[in-house]
Amino acid sequence: MTVGKDDVRKIAKLARLALDESRVEPMVGELNGIFQWVEQLNEVDVAGVPPLTSVVEQRLKMRDDVVTDGDAANALMANAPSGEDHFFVVPKVVE
Amino acid sequence: MTLPSKLTDFSLAEARDAVQAKKVSSKELTTAFVKAVADARPLNAFVTETPEKALEMAVASDVRIAHGNARPLEGLPLAIKDLFCTKGVKTTAGSKILGNFVPPYESTVSQNLWDAGAVMLGKTNMDEFAMGSSNETSHFGPVFNPWRARNSNANLVPGGSSGGSAAAVAGNLCLAATGTDTGGSIRQPAAVTGTVGIKPTYGRCSRFGIVAFASSLDQAGPMTRTVRDAALLLKHMASVDPKDSTSVDIPVPDYEATLEDGVKGLRVGIPKEYRIDNMPPEIEQLWQKGIEWLKAQGAQIVDVSLPHTKYALPTYYIVAPAEASSNLARYDGVRYGHRAAGAKDIVDLYERSRAEGFGKEVQRRILIGTYVLSSGYYDAYYSRAQKLRTLILRDFTEAYKTCDVLLTPATPGPAFGVGEKTADPVEMYLNDVFTVTVNLAGLPGIAVPAGLTANGLPLGLQLIGKAFDEATLFKAARAIEIAAGFTAKPTEWWRAA
Amino acid sequence: MTERTAKLLKGQTGDWEIVIGMEVHAQILSQSKLFSGAATAFGASPNSQVSFIDAGMPGMLPVINKWCVEQAVRTGLGLKAQINLTSVFDRKNYFYPDLPQGYQISQYKSPIVGEGEILLDMNDGSTIPVGIERLHMEQDAGKSLHDQSPDSSFVDLNRSGVALMEIVSKPHMRSSEEAAAFLKKLRAILRYLGTCDGNMDEGSMRADVNVSVCRAGGYEKFRATGDFKHLGTRCEIKNVNSMRFVAQAVEYEARRQVDLIEEGGTIVQETRLFDSKVGETRSMRSKEDAHDYRYFPDPDLLPLVLEQSWVDGIAASLPELPDAKKTRLIAAGLSPYDASVLVAEKESADYFEAMMAAGVEAKAAANWLNNEYFGRLNKAGLAIADGPVSAAANAAIVRMVAANTISGKIAKDLLDILWSEGGDPEAIVEARGLKQVTAANPEKVEEVKAKPKLASWFVGQVMKASGGKANPGAVNAILKQKLNLPD
Repeated sequence: MTVGKDDVRKIAKLARLALDESRVEPMVGELNGIFQWVEQLNEVDVAGVPPLTSVVEQRLKMRDDVVTDGDAANALMANAPSGEDHFFVVPKVVE
Repeated sequence: MTLPSKLTDFSLAEARDAVQAKKVSSKELTTAFVKAVADARPLNAFVTETPEKALEMAVASDVRIAHGNARPLEGLPLAIKDLFCTKGVKTTAGSKILGNFVPPYESTVSQNLWDAGAVMLGKTNMDEFAMGSSNETSHFGPVFNPWRARNSNANLVPGGSSGGSAAAVAGNLCLAATGTDTGGSIRQPAAVTGTVGIKPTYGRCSRFGIVAFASSLDQAGPMTRTVRDAALLLKHMASVDPKDSTSVDIPVPDYEATLEDGVKGLRVGIPKEYRIDNMPPEIEQLWQKGIEWLKAQGAQIVDVSLPHTKYALPTYYIVAPAEASSNLARYDGVRYGHRAAGAKDIVDLYERSRAEGFGKEVQRRILIGTYVLSSGYYDAYYSRAQKLRTLILRDFTEAYKTCDVLLTPATPGPAFGVGEKTADPVEMYLNDVFTVTVNLAGLPGIAVPAGLTANGLPLGLQLIGKAFDEATLFKAARAIEIAAGFTAKPTEWWRAA
Repeated sequence: MTERTAKLLKGQTGDWEIVIGMEVHAQILSQSKLFSGAATAFGASPNSQVSFIDAGMPGMLPVINKWCVEQAVRTGLGLKAQINLTSVFDRKNYFYPDLPQGYQISQYKSPIVGEGEILLDMNDGSTIPVGIERLHMEQDAGKSLHDQSPDSSFVDLNRSGVALMEIVSKPHMRSSEEAAAFLKKLRAILRYLGTCDGNMDEGSMRADVNVSVCRAGGYEKFRATGDFKHLGTRCEIKNVNSMRFVAQAVEYEARRQVDLIEEGGTIVQETRLFDSKVGETRSMRSKEDAHDYRYFPDPDLLPLVLEQSWVDGIAASLPELPDAKKTRLIAAGLSPYDASVLVAEKESADYFEAMMAAGVEAKAAANWLNNEYFGRLNKAGLAIADGPVSAAANAAIVRMVAANTISGKIAKDLLDILWSEGGDPEAIVEARGLKQVTAANPEKVEEVKAKPKLASWFVGQVMKASGGKANPGAVNAILKQKLNLPD
């Protein structure tokens, strides 16, 4: 399976990664190199084999419904690139 | 007890004994290491040095020791891979995208170490977001291996992604360090720096507070000078953590206590598929030596087969990028970290912050991961890769019917030159050929120094164990360590620089 | 299966049917969030109820809240649905400022609850079964304010991570009335169970409405074959936050689609918003790429595995739900309509039950509430909980009427007194001499029953009480009837 320039541009968009046009072609080459290499997985017969859901053999642990966290607006804002009145600020989003 | 000529020559266990016996103070020890770290800047092993904090912690430790309240790791200076969030201390994951992020919380693993009394020397350099096998993808520049080939001034890689931690241990810049291993990132650097590194069973150490790369593969572990040190450090790194849903409810044994139990009667499996095409002769010879050493100490050698071994690397390079593409989506310039200037709208903010903040290898893996999860490709790639993992795990389960541990090479070769393998990503990925199977199956694996190449570079051997049977792994590794008698140390070329 | 007559939409070229399905997001009533220990209370100051996990900070991990799981199971049982003992959490990946992790933890292929059913109570007394496709658990997103400044949006993550149940109906609704009735019934069930407060105005319950139209007859073919090709292309109207708006949105959208098709256009499957100010739906800003959510099982979590015995325990503790309560009240003598009205809201049902507990007959209590008390509450704009008269007091009034202690007219006056002044009904009746004459003189009643000719004593009393205004002949007739006197 191979990707072309349009595929790369589309995936970059999906991943929210600005990809300079000059890098699209080289990226096509790099990705195709990797995809070609992983093609060998198709040699294996996986009929009836379940996907590995977890390497850990135990039940999902559940916690009690108690408030143990939060009240940390200042700590949150301390690392924020842009904050105002304890809100995170971003460029205007149009619905 | 005799003190080594230089305090920085101590092993972790030796320093522990000396400190507990009040033969040396934490302040003396820490001061020596702080200086060693500063003198070793040419290695670029540290992103952030924390000398003031270290001395503060050392002084507090000395008070406790004086009052008889010493904790198990009291006053012992350690280095922490910069993938662990440390409260109040900048954490970068080797990336530009975290900016000057200072975590308001501590990872469980590092908190366990501070609770045991350890001292923090600083945060070690690493491949960006743990993606790499040579520590060349770090935003903060490559780390140089303290080892150089005989009669050569060429800088070599320390392996990756825990390159900084490996270099710090090998260069005697700390007593021991923490690392993380997703596809081999503890074991491979340990093997090419002549140090010991263990990736425990998945779920043994908590992942809470460790910047996530591939959630189903990541695992923290110790990087140390000796097997005893690794046993000691793992005991304190590991814990059952209610804050990590994948942390397993099994109490942590005292690994140090059973370390010298020996390998008499231990069945050691030799998986034939690990004899790869174009296997370098030095690696094959070392492997044979390892087999002989264990046999000589009473182990039973068994031939086993792990038929799906060759599919492990491509499986890994689907699963890990897929999970990473999702784990790294949170780095978007909104709540912390790097934000691109002058973004005209939210999409622009995302796209440019991430393009500016992530390095090339990380971007490549995000794209691969996004692709293999995308509509139409999920079944062919991710789902198929997860099925391969089941088959790989079944291989091990089957093999463990006739053996207790497996002995394999750790790396396909010694440390290589900086810049030597960066042209082709796949060539770099092949460095993990012996290690990724272990992460895919969630099993424990340890690398232990075993010998030197013809031109004086360290090589290691790997032992793979059963789930939660790190104790057996340590015993077997100890046996190799005794037989190998590896005492070589790198010449401190960086001091001359 | 119900063979109800479809409500048809008249177009230029013939009759059309509307087909509606709904996805309701209901916030689970819990102290803390689904995967973190931050609080969930509504209206807190910005980013004050946000754990580092909710903020998507590096290295943070989810741990599931057991109570939220229980609430989801409880809801599934209330929807008469299949509980899946094993379910899986998946990541739904997309970028939006109120989604800090860059993915929402949800359930995709293996939800915790499977197929179930809700019975809609229509105004004409009929009940319509609407299938439930599934219920799954997921994280709510934070909130963005877009209208505070021209250049910026402001993000508050308090809501990020709150537990949601997404309840998906089958496309079994055929009109705006049914759509509203579905929401009303679902809300009642959730409130009876205590799993969601259903406050649409606070956003704790939101509906995404899927609307399509087809030529008359198409829907029956769909129900018979299960083949969606018999239905039209649907549009999704997102985040409608009141039942009234849901009805309006359905009406508008159905008409829009019919008009478009009849003009020769085709319906594009898209997401739309309902603009309540103008009563119209409009297309959301077009996205360059359709959402590819890249679902995969969340590797930070394990599959959720429940014990059947645990589920059985929850089932055993379920309160009586509207349908069962309605059946019981009908058996107690209420009309289906009256029963429906009473059980529609948990508060009215509880109030009614309290009156019954105070020893009042069902039909009398229902009539009194439906005809007198609830009407006054509505007029005053009061909720039942805020009403000035207790169930015990209302029960006392109804009891006294039933015992002929007071007349129906006096009862209404008594209610007025209690409403404005409060007090004890029996004491007031005593103090103000409100007892019916017959009630005030029980020995005379016995005498008159024995000797009907003595009825004139009562007529005299009534004339006196009414200041001579009463009509003696009429009074006589009433007396004869009330005391069962022979003609």
